[in-house]
Amino acid sequence: MPFKSTVGDYQTVATLETFGFLPPMTQDEIYDQIAYIIAQGWSPLVEHVHPSNSMATYWSFWKLPFFGEKDLGVIVSELEACHRAYPDHHVRLVGYDAYTQSQGACFVVFEGR
Amino acid sequence: MSKKYDAGVKEYRDTYWTPDYVPLDTDLLACFKCTGQEGVPKEEVAAAVAAESSTGTWSTVWSELLTDLDFYKGRCYRIEDVPGDKDAFYAFIAYPLDLFEEGSITNVLTSLVGNVFGFKALRNLRLEDIRFPMAFIKTCMGPPNGIVVERDRMNKYGRPLLGCTIKPKLGLSGKNYGRVVYECLRGGLDFTKDDENINSQPFQRWQNRFEFVAEATNLAQQETGEKKGHYLNCTAATPEEMYERAEFAKELGQPIIMHDYITGGFTANTGLAKWCRKNGMLLHIHRAMHAVIDRHPKHGIHFRVLAKCLRLSGGDQLHTGTVVGKLEGDRQSTLGYIDQLRESFVPEDRSRGNFFDQDWGSMGGVFAVASGGIHVWHMPALVAIFGDDSVLQFGGGTHGHPWGSAAGAAANRVALEACVKARNAGREIEREGRDILLEAAKHSPELAIALETWKEIKFEFDTVDKLDVN
Repeated sequence: MPFKSTVGDYQTVATLETFGFLPPMTQDEIYDQIAYIIAQGWSPLVEHVHPSNSMATYWSFWKLPFFGEKDLGVIVSELEACHRAYPDHHVRLVGYDAYTQSQGACFVVFEGR
Repeated sequence: MSKKYDAGVKEYRDTYWTPDYVPLDTDLLACFKCTGQEGVPKEEVAAAVAAESSTGTWSTVWSELLTDLDFYKGRCYRIEDVPGDKDAFYAFIAYPLDLFEEGSITNVLTSLVGNVFGFKALRNLRLEDIRFPMAFIKTCMGPPNGIVVERDRMNKYGRPLLGCTIKPKLGLSGKNYGRVVYECLRGGLDFTKDDENINSQPFQRWQNRFEFVAEATNLAQQETGEKKGHYLNCTAATPEEMYERAEFAKELGQPIIMHDYITGGFTANTGLAKWCRKNGMLLHIHRAMHAVIDRHPKHGIHFRVLAKCLRLSGGDQLHTGTVVGKLEGDRQSTLGYIDQLRESFVPEDRSRGNFFDQDWGSMGGVFAVASGGIHVWHMPALVAIFGDDSVLQFGGGTHGHPWGSAAGAAANRVALEACVKARNAGREIEREGRDILLEAAKHSPELAIALETWKEIKFEFDTVDKLDVN
């Protein structure tokens, strides 16, 4: 088979698990995901870590999980507050499912440098 | 009162047809679809099945009187018509718990589907479902890890996992094989898989494969910053060789091994599952040979039974068919048995082929694996059908990408994440699938090319084995 000049070069990218292959979300898109987490009955929680340690199992909690929080605006402002406090850290949002003791959702909202 | 020995042949129904019997919570219940020989009454056929799959033999024997056979016998307690089939009927049979060794799926199947399938009074016989009592379930270890622990080990949350089988499935050297693994994983897959045919052939001995695969997964993990794994197939000619391979996979720091549970057998599978629990390894289960047993609608064993047996015997992932791809699988029926793999309680629901309430207690769940003839256009339907606790595996749909396996992997990962994001945002992903994929392709040339490559391929044959409905 002759070489086709249409073949592209796929470059490996470092990604941060779920939604790592999508472009950064807009504010509205983040609201949608938070609404989904709350609608499932999961607890939102915010975690952060220095990029050099992103594969660690435990990232630092931002405060405590927001048990019972139903206000999307509160979660967004906590994400932003965490990002302001740790501008060079990755910040992720988790939907914690106490029934399965697992995470129903988990994705990075702010990437640290 | 003692009984008298009366030599000769009795009708089975005198002993084994007990329509007044109320099954106990500890009974193991089975539903068989029976097609008897012409002229044989249903009750006699059903009672014969109960007898031959439990205590009975064709003739009365004196040694029966040394025990209380009424305590040990299987009983047919109900007969039902099969919708849309005038020749067949369902026989519901209750077996006392003491007929089975604790923790032995092998023993259950040897009894229930042993001699009786060759019985002359039957034209056809199919085991449709088994209700395992909690008293038996608690004697089985089940999945070595379960869904929750597997997610924690692999750091994958909030989406189905993504995998693919390495192709060509036979004939690559160990080093070339590792290259393909590396390409897939660096492109964004979570797992790659040994084809079931790969064991330890002359072109690629297992140790050589394991070493190159370990290097490939480690490198991809390091470069992408994500957890990666490859199902190292440990299926072998003897259990001793399987354990040797499993030990080496562990020594290499690999997270997951693989077994073919039907060709390998339930005893081998249960043993390997226990090894995995003890050694902190995940276990991927392939199901080669299943269609020989489960495809014929009137004879054999339905896959829901084989799936339940696997959950009890032990596995963290099991192939279930894709519903949408090149291999057989009716949607409702598939949903019925993936519930049996993942849920803690599954109610009776004939529209999904589940004949009994099935309580799984605290037993861990098994990921449903959809693999075979699927490509990126199927992604919205797959996410909708299988949900997050699944592994979606695209073989040709990864390696067949015009830019190669890494780009194919990236295309699938983008499509998967776009579908999950859209689902979470409340969109109907099956109906809006086309739009969702085309939008996502604007940010991903790899996906755009994949969508173009596979746009014409469909697999629309009717299924051979359908649920029984009018």
